[in-house]
Amino acid sequence: MWENLQILGLAPVFNVQLWLNGVTVAAVFCLVAYGLALVWGVTSVKNLAQGDLVMMGGYGAWEFAKHGVHPVLALIPVSAIMFVFGWIIYKLIIRRVIQLDLFTSLLATFGLAITIQQSLNLAFGPDVRTVQSGFGSLELFDGMVEITQIKLIAFGLCVLLAIAMVLFLKKSRMGQAIRATAQDPRAARVLGVNTDLVYAMTFSINAAICGAAGVLIAMIWVIQPFYGIAYSVRAFVIVTAAGLGNLPGVIVTALGLGVLEQYSGFVLGAQFQQATIVGLLLAILIWRQMALLRQRKTLQ
Amino acid sequence: MSLRLGLTPRSLTGHLLLLAAGVAAPFLFPGHTVQLAVFWVFVLFALTWDIMGGQMGYNSLGNILFFGLGMYVCAVAQIAIVYDVAQYTAASGAIKVDFSPKEYYQGLVLGVVLAAIVPVVFAVVLSWILFGLRGPYYAIGTLGVAIAAAELTNSWNYVGGGMGIAMPVFPGGPGMRERFFYAACMAATILCYLFLRWLYRTRFSLAINAIRDDEDKAEALGLHTARYKMVAWSVSAFFLGIAGALFGNMTGFIEPMETAFPTLTFGIFMVAMTLLGGKGTLWGPIIGSTLFYALREVTWTYLLGWQYIALGILIIVNVVYFQQGIVGWLRQRRPRWFASQAETPADKALETGGKA
Repeated sequence: MWENLQILGLAPVFNVQLWLNGVTVAAVFCLVAYGLALVWGVTSVKNLAQGDLVMMGGYGAWEFAKHGVHPVLALIPVSAIMFVFGWIIYKLIIRRVIQLDLFTSLLATFGLAITIQQSLNLAFGPDVRTVQSGFGSLELFDGMVEITQIKLIAFGLCVLLAIAMVLFLKKSRMGQAIRATAQDPRAARVLGVNTDLVYAMTFSINAAICGAAGVLIAMIWVIQPFYGIAYSVRAFVIVTAAGLGNLPGVIVTALGLGVLEQYSGFVLGAQFQQATIVGLLLAILIWRQMALLRQRKTLQ
Repeated sequence: MSLRLGLTPRSLTGHLLLLAAGVAAPFLFPGHTVQLAVFWVFVLFALTWDIMGGQMGYNSLGNILFFGLGMYVCAVAQIAIVYDVAQYTAASGAIKVDFSPKEYYQGLVLGVVLAAIVPVVFAVVLSWILFGLRGPYYAIGTLGVAIAAAELTNSWNYVGGGMGIAMPVFPGGPGMRERFFYAACMAATILCYLFLRWLYRTRFSLAINAIRDDEDKAEALGLHTARYKMVAWSVSAFFLGIAGALFGNMTGFIEPMETAFPTLTFGIFMVAMTLLGGKGTLWGPIIGSTLFYALREVTWTYLLGWQYIALGILIIVNVVYFQQGIVGWLRQRRPRWFASQAETPADKALETGGKA
């Protein structure tokens, strides 16, 4: 551990490498967390199957690549398929749990997560996979820092998707209806918004975002049927830390988390990566509680 | 005593019949003694989860933490009284230590006692940290604690890390180990059941039900909610720790991911079983775990590879379409059957006034 820290001190370029890796992966998580926050804000369903939807997208890309479709091009059909899947899941499950208490939605999506991950395991096997995109890599600082081109492309696509998402929510009729429903579902219904359609759209859009993120993850990182839950926890860390409806917060937290994760993986060793994320989640939750406690003291 | 437990002669007969069936089971199915012992552990899982999830409205997804904690504490205690733990685990089963029967039973008793105490200490400390979290945050927080515990145990070499610990060998004959631990698991579960039966008849249950119904109002009325929540979680931890210690010894080999802290199997089973039977009732968890156990035996045997998909679908269907569970459903359809429990005016009002 200390040796690794010393390496970072002696060779500052390694820091650049860690930052680059962290930021590119984090950009994808940013998308996932944004989708989670969107569904959470509009339908108040906490989707624990978020990471598993990402995995589904990843395996979609893998399947397309097997049939000779380049994974970057697979982005569109996979998103479309995931949109339809999200719609079906909404009609079957989510629609019925929106009215019920919060734990019900949590547990229902948890059941969904188990079903998806086990189905993926049956269909594709438990191997860790990555989809070859066929791009080379760039070398910076005389070959001390290496970054694959696909990571840069994925980063660019993430930014594009995020911009498209924001524009959709701000400008389109549907986007306005979604934002109105998030603010006050009852008032929106009174004013003629079909909230059921809005909920369905929100969940399906989220599924499509997750699918796109999964395609990118499959290219720049690894996919495995059981990694979904870890991705969900990451998305929860980001959203709970940033707060709902706080897009800049989500971006900053996701990037910070991505970089922190790279550092902890480098300094402590890869086996602590998951523990770091979970530890961070607990730290954030406890910190929030302390804030709550202070508030209560003031009230007293 | 029977009065304090609310046992009428008729229900006493029923209980004794069930007890007789429990005693007879390992003799009727001698090849399935371990499986039957797992059944009792399942009942205990559901009962302890319901203290929090059903009666108090705090849905923990990480109660399995105490199970694994008890398992590991017991294992370390058993080994430590005769051998150096670090050496024993480093050899990962290569060192065969002969435990004399006296040493074994001494170790087991000490281990079970510690396995009951240490999880309670953890529950007290954790409740101080986690009970500020409410609703889904609490569920995610507890899930996080359980996953973190599994990860940390997995990389802690003193307790064997991912290699696990081979438990001390039981000194009795071949069939004796299974029967011994069957009896122990059954005793622990019955003890838990009787304790909860008594507990749910005291003011304590009114207090935790008040926390479930409206925590802020309960607090405003002068209920020391933090203390009640801590005690309720400690009760869960106490029995889960004992169950973990017994389960670890029964399987003979423990490791963090699949046996001690299986958040995605046992940890979810507890929730699924309780919801299936109907949460917030004493018998709901028991009926739910019985049915779940039967379903699991069938699916695990005939749906090889598909069993977890079946589990996921079961959870979804249960939660989305059958929220009240079996006992809750019966209570709606046949309120008369529950008449003896609806003696107080408040209960009557609740039943006639529809769903609260």
